Parts: sequence; structure tokens; C-alpha cells
Amino acid sequence: MSPREPRATVPVTIDGQEVDAVEGETILSLARRVGVPIPTLCYLDGLSVHGGCRLCSVEVDGDPRLRLACATPVWQDMDIRTSTWDLQEHRRRIIELLFAEGNHICATCVSSGACELQDLAATNRVDHIHYELSYADEGVDASHPKYVLDRDRCVKCTRCVRVCAEVEGASVWEIAERGGGSRLVAEMDVPWGEASSCTWCGKCVLVCPTGALSFKGRGVGEMRHDAEVVAFLSRARNEGEWVNRTDEEVPS
Amino acid sequence: MAAPIDLDDVVRFEREERARFVRRALVCTSTACVTAGALPVRDRLTAALDEAERTDIGVVSTGCPGLCSRGPLVRVEDRAEQTTIYTHVDTEGAGAIADEHLLGGQPTDGATTMPPDLPFFARQERVVLETAGRIDPERLEDYVGEGGYHALAKVITLMEPAEVVDAITRSGLRGRGGAGYPTGRKWALLAEAEADTKYVVANGDEGDPGAYMDRTIMDSDPHRVIEGLAIAAYATGATKGFVYVRAEYPLAIERMERAIRAAKRAKLIGRNVLGSSFAFDLDVRVGAGAFVCGEETALMASIEGRRGLPVLRPPYPTEKGLWGQPTMINNVETLANVPAIIARGPDWFASLGTESSPGTKVFALAGSVADTGLIEVPMGISLREIVFDMAGGIPNGRTFKAAQTGGPSGGCIPAQYLDTPVDYEHLRDLGSMMGSGGLVVMDDSVSMPEVARFYLAFCRDESCGKCVPCRVGTEKMHAFLDRICEGTGRRRDLQHLESLARTVRATSLCGLGQSAPNPVFSTLEHFRDEYEALLVDLEEPDAGNRSEEVAHEPA
Amino acid sequence: MSGSTDDKLRLATVWLGGCSGCHMSFLDLDEKLFGLAERVDVVFGPLTDVKVFPEDVDLTLVEGAVANEDNLELAHQLRANSRVVVSFGDCAVTGNVTSLRNRLGEPDELLQRVYGDAPDLAGQVPRSVVPALLPTVQPLHEVIPIDVYLPGCPPSAERIGRALELLLDALEAGEGLPDLTGRGPDDLRFG
Repeated sequence: MSPREPRATVPVTIDGQEVDAVEGETILSLARRVGVPIPTLCYLDGLSVHGGCRLCSVEVDGDPRLRLACATPVWQDMDIRTSTWDLQEHRRRIIELLFAEGNHICATCVSSGACELQDLAATNRVDHIHYELSYADEGVDASHPKYVLDRDRCVKCTRCVRVCAEVEGASVWEIAERGGGSRLVAEMDVPWGEASSCTWCGKCVLVCPTGALSFKGRGVGEMRHDAEVVAFLSRARNEGEWVNRTDEEVPS
Repeated sequence: MAAPIDLDDVVRFEREERARFVRRALVCTSTACVTAGALPVRDRLTAALDEAERTDIGVVSTGCPGLCSRGPLVRVEDRAEQTTIYTHVDTEGAGAIADEHLLGGQPTDGATTMPPDLPFFARQERVVLETAGRIDPERLEDYVGEGGYHALAKVITLMEPAEVVDAITRSGLRGRGGAGYPTGRKWALLAEAEADTKYVVANGDEGDPGAYMDRTIMDSDPHRVIEGLAIAAYATGATKGFVYVRAEYPLAIERMERAIRAAKRAKLIGRNVLGSSFAFDLDVRVGAGAFVCGEETALMASIEGRRGLPVLRPPYPTEKGLWGQPTMINNVETLANVPAIIARGPDWFASLGTESSPGTKVFALAGSVADTGLIEVPMGISLREIVFDMAGGIPNGRTFKAAQTGGPSGGCIPAQYLDTPVDYEHLRDLGSMMGSGGLVVMDDSVSMPEVARFYLAFCRDESCGKCVPCRVGTEKMHAFLDRICEGTGRRRDLQHLESLARTVRATSLCGLGQSAPNPVFSTLEHFRDEYEALLVDLEEPDAGNRSEEVAHEPA
Repeated sequence: MSGSTDDKLRLATVWLGGCSGCHMSFLDLDEKLFGLAERVDVVFGPLTDVKVFPEDVDLTLVEGAVANEDNLELAHQLRANSRVVVSFGDCAVTGNVTSLRNRLGEPDELLQRVYGDAPDLAGQVPRSVVPALLPTVQPLHEVIPIDVYLPGCPPSAERIGRALELLLDALEAGEGLPDLTGRGPDDLRFG
């Protein structure tokens, strides 16, 4: 939309505040613009809408069903409530369910302090988990030279699936199986390191909200030096031998 | 190209053919009777007639007459319309029926029979199942002979599409898949949608435990579904249709496919239907066994060959459906009502049932009743009439406790509401729902928390996993029910169960999750005392109480 | 810490299945401990030499998950004798690191793996003297009712200090318990 032709606005009420919304924008976009916090997890700017985490559910006056802020365009005179007691309760329950489903032990997680699930618990006042914890044990896939997948920390938000398909165009990731058994898989459930369609772009790691996908070498004791690269460069420069390094020479 | 079928010719021919027979034995070959051994029974009858070289006595493989608990069923009719229904027939019994009744002309002595005026049959009002159990589902001519495809011919030759939509709207027909959305309104939405290609889909992904209405319609009278779909296509401007059947219904798939081939050969579907310019292409799509594929957006994903996951609505399928084109999904039973509405008029249909829920409903009766099976009754009939008058009441000296309608998405109806009329509104007001028509009767030996646990386990296993409240919420609700049913649940477990149930209902993505807590809510509403009785009700559980759970003997 | 006087609140701290890091963080209150000592008597905990959990405790901080039979017994004792029980730190609140062993199988299997198969222990598996392990490690609230949750691994000294102040204020005034969750992300965080 060019700045010379501003889109029409419609009057909307959000948490009692009367604001002008841009026609066609979502409730979430409006809320972010006017500074009303609505929690999200699977939603990410730039990717298609998934609608699986349900955290951005809001109430719209006159609508018996909750609406997803990330997927619902505003309409004229829409009266939106984003933080009623019921909504806060629902959000807490959902966050607790995510903690109970996986194995989210912050103290041992590579993403502690940089984790959206951890933040969601704090900002939504989740101070303990009412539900039986699963102590999930799906194992870790460290077969990729650069990245690690820990399925026990995966919240199945599909950000990685979407970024890989929609932005990188590689479609390495998909969710396999169903229900509680659903799990993130690379290609046809091969170890990530054997997924030939992976371009090593790392976008999946960048968008992961938790510690499910992480860069190798960031954990304690994982630092690997690679001084031999200097010899390679020197040989290449001096003798003009720019031979591809073999697999075992790739720094891991 | 061959000429289209001449319907009136076929009717005449079938009448003459029928009149040739002195006697006919109708053998139910629907799924339940086949499972009980109907095919050898039929073969035994056929062999006996072949041996006697009697071509004036017929053996007909039919669809389901409904009384599944007494199968295999053999119904012998003679020219004078004298009817004997033999029950629990085995091959030996078939030999006796062949010799004494079919060949000898006298009802077989000593065989178990039942009167044709049994209340189970007499109280029914068969519209959808009108010809089920009376015709051979594998013969197009049988259906045509009973007036089949005449409604399709009528709309093509005499009615504008808008008139057809109007007729369905005026009939008051509502979706039989569970939600009860007005069918005419849905048809109008598709008719209004503008696109080059529009689709109509018959939803035969019936998945409620104990429910088999759609299966029976498809394996007993597949042409009725095809005719309903073709009329829907004509009315809405759709040119392509699918019958979506779950893989667990092999007989229904086989018969639907055979019927579609026959209808194509007869030019009842395909290009230039009955010589007109109306074209309608139809195929079967087989599901892969996921309950959630009954949800329309997941169903469409499955038809397109993708994972059967629901997606957000809007857009609704009538705006953006299969391959992005406007699509309408109707339940199999809904569509099977259509030919009769067109043939006999919307006013006739509206006169059946109740004002807000016109017509009939097919129910699959299961559980603690004397006779289980399939019945079609007018809407508004009371549960008492169904359970006690038609199904013969509760056996084994037990008493009625509750009936579950709507399967895992529905709820239970306790004894004090036995006289409530069975229709969409009344069932909803009781915290249950019409659902697709499963009706499970429970006697006083049944524990209601166990019932809730059973249905919740079903929903947990069938959750697709896309949204958090359904994927994890059903699992954790089930864990609380486990504790309660096993006698280790505490009061706060029950409180957490209820609060979680509210969240799962309010926040799940699709109908599966939104309705998964219903059995919990409804059993709690009517039978809270049973939950309370199971609680280990200590505010502060002491060591003595927990020690058994954590016993760990040092070696 | 100081002699008992009648008008002081009675504080206990308990160390169940945890690393004692929460207690360390508690000690990081440093000079604030003097102020605390003005308001409470520490009547039980790793910092005292009391063997039996006393009666009539006003406030009990419980660090650690419930991992063995001693933990369980002590949990019930402290609940029966405390007005307010605080689930103190992530091990008490979620099981945390202590509960990582839940994925490794039954206690016997676990002991065999850790002790029996260890090369330098000559196959000695501790099956007596030390308390028996429970089948799984559980968060404290699965075993006893909890009044207040104070997550963190460990909760920082600042967080502990603020929580104690609010709790002691409320107890001294005879008021209802404060809601620690409403006080911003810094006061409530796993990990």
C-alpha cells in the first residue's frame, strides 16, 4: 500500500479504548500498534497463520465463540476484550499444558533466558503446573553438523515447518503422526544430518520459540576450535589450491 | 454413446419381473448380518433353488432392515404379501427355509421368527431407509424400480436450480451430521458463490463409537446418496462431487463405487445427465481412518491428499473449499433425504417430525436394550418410546440409567428426561446433542465417570494434534479421570478437571476439541454424586494415604 | 540465629531433593539476614541443628522435589505443622533437575546404572542405610497442598527478599497471603 493512498480506517473498541483500526488488519496487528499486549506463540510476522497455540484468543462482543487475534480481521464497531479473567485463565491453562507435555526444564535448557515459553509463563503468571508432567523422552537429534533438535522441548508451533517451506523453500520439516504422538520430523523422518534438502540456512533455529532447535556449540563445553582452517587458507592462497574440504574437515 | 436410461421403462420391467416370482427370500447383506454369517445363508438358499431348477422363486441380497441384533435376517415374501421374517438364520436353518418355505410354501416349523408388526418396525417412519432392506443395493434397476432417480429427472426437466434450493429450504431439512445447520441455507450459499468449478461432497466419515447410520445408507441404498448429491449439484451449480467414506467401511466403499459406475453407464451422472446439458462427475474418496476427517476442513485436506488437519474458518468451504473453489459438504443422511423431498414435496417433509426439526432421524441403537440395530423415527419422538416401546426396554432385570446421544461429542440423558422429545433443540438444552445418531443405552450397572473416561480416551486418541488445548488438554483431562476412576483422585483433581474442560471447550480449534469435554460436563451435571463418591476426599493427604502408592521396598 | 521471643514469627527452611542452591541464594540475602533475624526465629532447617520438625511453624520454605521416602515423610510433617508452606525454587515447583531421573526408569534400574555399573564402586548399590527412592520424583504440590509458589533455579536473593517481606508483613498483620504472581516477570520465572 503506497503512503499516498492510506487505507481506510474503521472505529474499533479494544479493552474499552476507542481506536481507529486499518480496514482489513487483524486484531493482533491493531493491538500491537496501539500497545495492547496479546500473548502469541505460533504466530510470527512474515509467516502464514497457523492458529494452533490458541493463546491469542480474544472475546468479541456479541460473538459466543472466542476469536483468534492473529487470524481475525477487524470490522466496524468491533468491541474486543483481550484480557478478561476467563481469557487469562485459558491462557494459563494452555501454557501449563505445554509445560506438562514436554520436558521443559529451564535450568538445563540452552534457551533459558531467551525462551518465549518461559516468558509466557512469567507474563501470564504461571507459577506452577497443575497437570501431571510427562517427562517426555523423545531423545535428541544431534546428527546435523550445525544444529541440534531436542524434541522434548518442541511445542509443535510449526514455525520451523513454515519458515522452511515458505521462506527458504526447502520444506525439510513436517509434523508426523497425530495427537499426543505428533512429532517434528526432517524429511521422511530421517536424522536431520541426513536430510539432503536442508540448506543449512538456520532459519528454523532462528524462529524456534524454545530450546527445541538450537545452534551447536552454544552449550557448556561445546566450543570446538578449528585452527587448521588457517593452513587450508594459506595453502589455497599460496598454491592456488582451492580444493573443497572433505566432509570430515567440516568444523562441527 | 449409449442413450440415457429410460426410467419408466425400467420401472415397468421391474414390476413385470417382480410379478414373475411366486416367492422371494430377502437376505440382509449389510455389514452386521454379513458379519453374523449372512453370505453362506444366501448361498445355501440360492443353491437349493438352483438344484430344484425353480426360476420363479427369487433370492435377493438386500441392504439392512435394521434389526441387527437378530441377524442374519431372512425375509420371505409371497405373492399375497404374506411376510415371514426369520432371525438368527444359519446355513442349516437356510436349508430348512429353502425346502419347507421357499419350495414347500409353508413357513418353516421351529425356526425363530418375529412378527412383521414388531414395534421395532411398526413405529418407524422410513424416509431415508425407505428401500433399505427391500432392494438389492448392487442393482441400479432395483432402486429405479422403487421410484429412484425420478426426483433427479424431475429437477432436471421441470425445475430451475433456484427452485430446488427453495424446495430444500422450505422443507426445513437440517444437517444430519450433528450440528443441524439448515441445509437449504448451505445450498443457497454455494449457489450464490461464483466460480468456474464448484464441488459437492457427501460426508461419510462417520466415526462416533457405535454409530453406523451412514454406513448402512451407503451399503444398503447407495443410489439414494448419489441421487441426493446429483440434485444438490444441479441446484448449486456444482459440476464435481465426492463421496468421502472412511476406510473402515469396505462394503460401503465397494457398493458406492459400483453404484457410481452403474449410474455413469445409465447417464444418471457424468456428462449430459439424462440427455440434458447438466454435467456432474462423481468419485469416491477413501479416508485413512481419522475421526477428525469428519470435520469439514480436515475432510477437504484429506480429499486433496494432504494431512487431515482442520484449518481456521472463515473462510468457510462454500467460499473457499477444495482446491480453493467453493465447496459444500453435506452428511450422507442429509443427502439421502433429498430425493424424497423433491419427489413428495417440501410440505410433506415439513409435516413430519417437529416444527423446528422436520423429518426423521436414523439412530443406531446400542447398549443395554433388548433389541439393538438401526431405526428411523420421526423427530420429536420421546426417548422412552425408542428405548422401551421399540427396543424392548432394558434386559437382565436392570433399570435404565442414561442414554448417550451424539457420541463422544454429545452427552448423557438421565432417566428423568426420558419423555423429552428427541430433536436438535431439546437435546442441546439437556447438555447433549443430536449428533450423527448414535444412541447408547446404559443400565444401572454402568459407572458414569467411566463413561466419561471412555469417550475422552476416544477424543484423546483421535485428536489431530494441531492445537494445544485438544492435543494436550484431552490427555490431561483423561489423566484426571484415570485418577478419579481408580480411586486415587482428590477433590482438587476434580476441580482441575472442570477448569481444564472449560478451557478445552472454549479454545480448541475445531469441533472435535470444542466438544470433547461434553461427556465430562454432562455426566457431572447429572451424576456428580458418582464422581464425589470416588474421591479420596482429604484436604491434606497424610503419609498413610499415600504410602501404598509409593511403596518401595529396600532390598 | 537468636534466642526465642514470643512475638517473633517462627520460620523453617527445608531441604528435600535439591542441590541446596536455593538455600545458597537465601544466604545471599547477606546483610538483609540481620533484618530478617529481627522478625523471625529460624526453628528448623539445614542451618540449625534441630532433628525433628517442630510444631507451630508460621512460615516454611521448602527447597527440593520429593524424591525419596524421607522427603515424603518430612513433607507431610512440615505440612501438618506449618501455617504457610512455600514451594521454594524450581525443584519443589516442577521437579526440575531432580526429576530428570524420571526418564531413566524404575529406581532399581537407576541404582544399578549409577552405582552397580560404575567401575569404581565394586558393584555396591545403596539399598539400606540411605532412604529408598520413590518410583518417580514429584513436585511438592503433588504430595501436599501448597500456599505459595516461588519458582526460580534458584530464585534470586532479591526475589526471595521481596517475597519474604511480603509474606512476613501479611503474617504479622494477620492478613491474607499476598499474590506473588502479580508483581512483574522478575518476581516469577522458571529457571
